[in-house]
Amino acid sequence: MKSNKVRLVVIGNGMAGMRTVEELLKMSADEFDITVFGAEPQPNYNRILLSPVLSGEMSFQDTILNDWSWYEQNRITLHAGKTVTRIDRVGRAVETADGMTVPYDRLLIATGSNPVMLPIPGIDLPGVLGYRSIDDVENMLGMASARKRAVVIGGGLLGLEAANGLSLRGMDVSVVHLCDWPMERQLDKAGGDLLKEALEKRGLKFYLSRQTEALLGETAVTGLRFKDGEEIPADMVVMSAGIRPNIALAKSAGIHCERGIVVSDTMQTYDPKIYSVGECVQHRGQTYGLVAPLFEQAKVAANHLARYGGMRYEGSSVSTKLKVTGIDLFSAGDFNPGEADEELLLQDSARGVYKKLVLRDNKLRGAVMYGDTVDGPWYFQMMRDGTDVSELREHLLFGQVHMGDSGLGGVSSVANMPDTAEICGCNGVCKGAIVNAIVDKKLFTLEEVRAHTKASASCGSCTGLVEAILANTVGGDYSAKPSKKPICGCTEHAHPDVQQAIRELGVKTIRDLMQALNWKTPDGCHVCRPVLNYYLLAAWPGEYEDDSHSRFVNERVHANIQKDGTYSVIPRIWGGVTSPSELRAIAEIAERYEVPTVHITGGQRIGLYGITKENLPRMWGELVEAGFVSGHAYGKALRTVKTCVGSDWCRFGTQDSTGLGIKVEKMTWGSWTPHKFKIAVSGCPRNCAEATIKDFGVVCVDSGYEIHVGGNGGVKVRVTDFLCKVETEADVLEYCGAFMQLYREQANYMERTAPWIERVGLAHIKQHVVESKAERAELYARFLKSQHYSQDDPWKERAAGKDAQEYTPLATIE
Amino acid sequence: MNWIQIGKLEDIPRQGSRVINTASGEIALFRSVDDQVFALGNRCPHKGGPLAQGIVHGNRVTCPLHSWVIDLESGSAVAPDVGCARRYEVRVAHDVLFIEAEAGVCRA
Repeated sequence: MKSNKVRLVVIGNGMAGMRTVEELLKMSADEFDITVFGAEPQPNYNRILLSPVLSGEMSFQDTILNDWSWYEQNRITLHAGKTVTRIDRVGRAVETADGMTVPYDRLLIATGSNPVMLPIPGIDLPGVLGYRSIDDVENMLGMASARKRAVVIGGGLLGLEAANGLSLRGMDVSVVHLCDWPMERQLDKAGGDLLKEALEKRGLKFYLSRQTEALLGETAVTGLRFKDGEEIPADMVVMSAGIRPNIALAKSAGIHCERGIVVSDTMQTYDPKIYSVGECVQHRGQTYGLVAPLFEQAKVAANHLARYGGMRYEGSSVSTKLKVTGIDLFSAGDFNPGEADEELLLQDSARGVYKKLVLRDNKLRGAVMYGDTVDGPWYFQMMRDGTDVSELREHLLFGQVHMGDSGLGGVSSVANMPDTAEICGCNGVCKGAIVNAIVDKKLFTLEEVRAHTKASASCGSCTGLVEAILANTVGGDYSAKPSKKPICGCTEHAHPDVQQAIRELGVKTIRDLMQALNWKTPDGCHVCRPVLNYYLLAAWPGEYEDDSHSRFVNERVHANIQKDGTYSVIPRIWGGVTSPSELRAIAEIAERYEVPTVHITGGQRIGLYGITKENLPRMWGELVEAGFVSGHAYGKALRTVKTCVGSDWCRFGTQDSTGLGIKVEKMTWGSWTPHKFKIAVSGCPRNCAEATIKDFGVVCVDSGYEIHVGGNGGVKVRVTDFLCKVETEADVLEYCGAFMQLYREQANYMERTAPWIERVGLAHIKQHVVESKAERAELYARFLKSQHYSQDDPWKERAAGKDAQEYTPLATIE
Repeated sequence: MNWIQIGKLEDIPRQGSRVINTASGEIALFRSVDDQVFALGNRCPHKGGPLAQGIVHGNRVTCPLHSWVIDLESGSAVAPDVGCARRYEVRVAHDVLFIEAEAGVCRA
C-alpha cells in the first residue's frame, strides 16, 4: 500500500533534529511519514545536562527528552545506533553503513558537531577523550574511578564544566588554556580572574597562556608537554578545545558547505529538498553552539516543512551561563567595549560580585556578570529589545530590584534561595516546585513553566525570577523567548505585525484578518481574539463592529466578575465629585438590591459588590434614571480621573483641579485602550491626587499645568515621566487626547503606558505629542473622532434590552 | 435516551453560550463557530468558575476566572491542567435544542 504521506528522513537524533520533529508534529501530525537515524544508541537526550551527569548531580535517565515510547506513539521509525554514510540526492534516498536504503521526499540534516581534536602527537593514545556525548561521559566516569590525575585542554565553558565534574568525582584536575584567563569568549579579564579564583578554591589547577605541544605516553597517556618544555603528568586528558560543525556527510553529497552547512532563512540548504538545523549549520555566516538558537531554527524549519511559510530565521543573540553549581556567571552580547562604547562597572571583591555593562547610543550591547546574575535575563531582554536605557542608567547596575519591583527586594541570587522561597505570590508557587517541574517534565521555556506550575502566569511580576530559575536549572542557554514574540500559539505574528497588517490591508473583520495572516486555528483563542478585536476597533472607529464574543467577560457584560461568579457595579462619579442626592440614590439602590458590600474605591468611586448577573440590567436602569453612567471599572478603558479639591477650597491650590478633572473625564470616558488607563489632576505640587503614578497626570502650578505620563501603581510601581508644561486647560485637553491616541494606536494590547514608554522611550512620545504641533493636532482629532462613536453609555443600552440573552437563562428545568 | 426540549439553536449566539437552570445547578450550553452545540455543568473543575462566561474558541472554552481551558466535547481540562466538568448529551434537530432527560424536567 502506497501512502500519500510526505516521507521525511532525519539524520541526527539530537536536540535540534527532534525539536524540529516535535514542532512539526504539533502542526501537522498526520502528513508526514518520519524516519530518524541516530548515530548514538540512546534515545534523544538533553546534551546540556551532560555536565550534571558527569558531576553526579543527575543520572542519565533524568536527561532523556523523548524515550522509546514517544517514537512509537508518534509512529516515528527510529534507527538508533545506525550511521548514514551516503545521501543520494538524485535518487532521493539515504544509505547506511550496513547497507540499508531509505527514500525521502524531504531530508533534514541535524548532525550536530564534533569536538576539535588537536593535531598533536599522542592524540590517539588511550585515555585521551572528547567531551560531547553520553558515551564520552561514561568513558570518563569509567576511568575516573581508576585514575587519579586529569588534565582538561581548553578552559572554555564546556572544558570548565568537565573539569568541575571530574573534580567532584574525586580526581585531581588541571585545566590548560591558551588565553590569559578562562572563558575569554564569554568573560573579560576581571570576570575571568574571579572565576579562576573560585574554581581554584574548589581544587582546580590552572595552566594559563600555555600551548600543548604533545601528549606523552607509550600504551596510554601519562602526561603532556607544553611548548615551553614543561611537562605535567596525566592519567586522563579531556580535549575541550572547541567544537566543529559535523558537515562531512553533507559535503560528500555535494551540498554547499563552508564552516557549516550553509542554509537560508528558511533553514534550507542549497538543495531545497534538504533542510538542516542545529550546530552543523552556518546561517548568515554564523554557527551556533547553544540550544536557544537551535530551537528557534527548529521552529522555522518545521513551519516551512509543514508549508505554513511566513516564518524566517534571522539569527539569534545568545546568552551564556556556566553550569557549575554554586558559581553564578552570566554573559551576553558584545562585552568588549569599542571606541564608541561606554562601560558601567561594579566590582565588590569582598562579596565576590562583578558586573560590567557595555552601552552604545544608550542601548545595552553586552553584559558580563559574576557572583550575582539574577538580573541577567533582564539585561538580555533589554539588549534584544534595543531598549533605551538612558532613563534607567543611574540604577542600571543595581538591577531590576532597584527599579521598584515590589515584593522581590533583597533577592540577590536565585541559586541561593531555599526551595521553600515563594517565587510567584499570585499563585503560591515555591522555588522547589518550579525546579521540580523543570526537571521532571523537562521544560525549556518560560511558557512551559507557566503552563505547568502557573508561576508568573498571573500578574507576571516574577517573570524575571522564574527565568533566572529556569536558567539556573537547565543552564543559561535555555530557550529564551525569541525577541519577536508571537501573540499566541495560533499565529507566528507579533503585535506590531498585526497592527501594520490591519492598516496596510484595510482588513475590517476578525475573520478576514485571521485569513489574511494564516491563522493556524479556525477562530483563534482567548488570548488572540480580544487582541484582534481591540486593534480593529482602534483602527476603524465607527466602521468596525465590536465583537462581544471576542471580549473577556467583564467587557462583554460591562461589569467585573468576582470570585464567586457575581459582579461589581461601579458608576462613574465625574472627577470624584458627588452630591447628597447622588449618594442617596446609590444608597437606596444598594438597599433595594441588598448589596452585601459597598466600598470606596482607590479611584474615588463607590463600588457595589455581589450583584447577580440577572439583576445587572435592572440595577443599571435605576442608576441611569438617577443620572449615572457606567464607570468602565471593568475594562481596558479610561477608568477614572482622580482630583483634589484644588483652588476651590484648598489654601494651597493653584488652579481648579476639580473642574479640569471633570472636563478631562467628560472628554475621555468610554474610550477603549490597550490596557486600563488612569488619570489624575492635582491642584498643586503637593500632589494629593497622586498624579505622578497615573498613566496621564496633571500637576497644577501657579503658572500653568505640568503634564506627566507613564506612571502606575500596582504590581510594579512606576513614577511618571515629565512630558511638558502647558498654559491653559484647553492645552491640557489637547495633550491628553493626543497622548491617549498615540497609546491607543501604537502600544501592544495588554501593555500599560509604563512598559510602553520604557520600550519606545520618552523621546518617541515627545517627538509625536510635544515637538510636532501638526501631529499633536492630528492625533487629537483622531481621538475625538473615535470618541464620537464610543460615548454611548453601555449600561443605558443594556437596561433598555440590548444583549438581553447575556443576562437571562435560556430555560429552567427541574 | 429521553430528551427535553430547551430552545432553539439561534437562542445561543455563535462563539457564545447560554445557561439553563436545573435542580442540580446550572448547565452551560455552548455554540462553536461551526454551529456545534455542547453542554457542560457551569462549573470549572479548578475553582468553580462560570464556564458560560468564558471565551469560546474552536471546541474549547476558557474559564473567565483563571484561564483554564476546557475541552467542550469531553469536559476535560486541557493539559497540563487536570480536571473534568460534568458533560451532558445535547442534540440539535431542525434547529431545535434537546438535552438529555437526566438533566431534569423542562419547566419552560
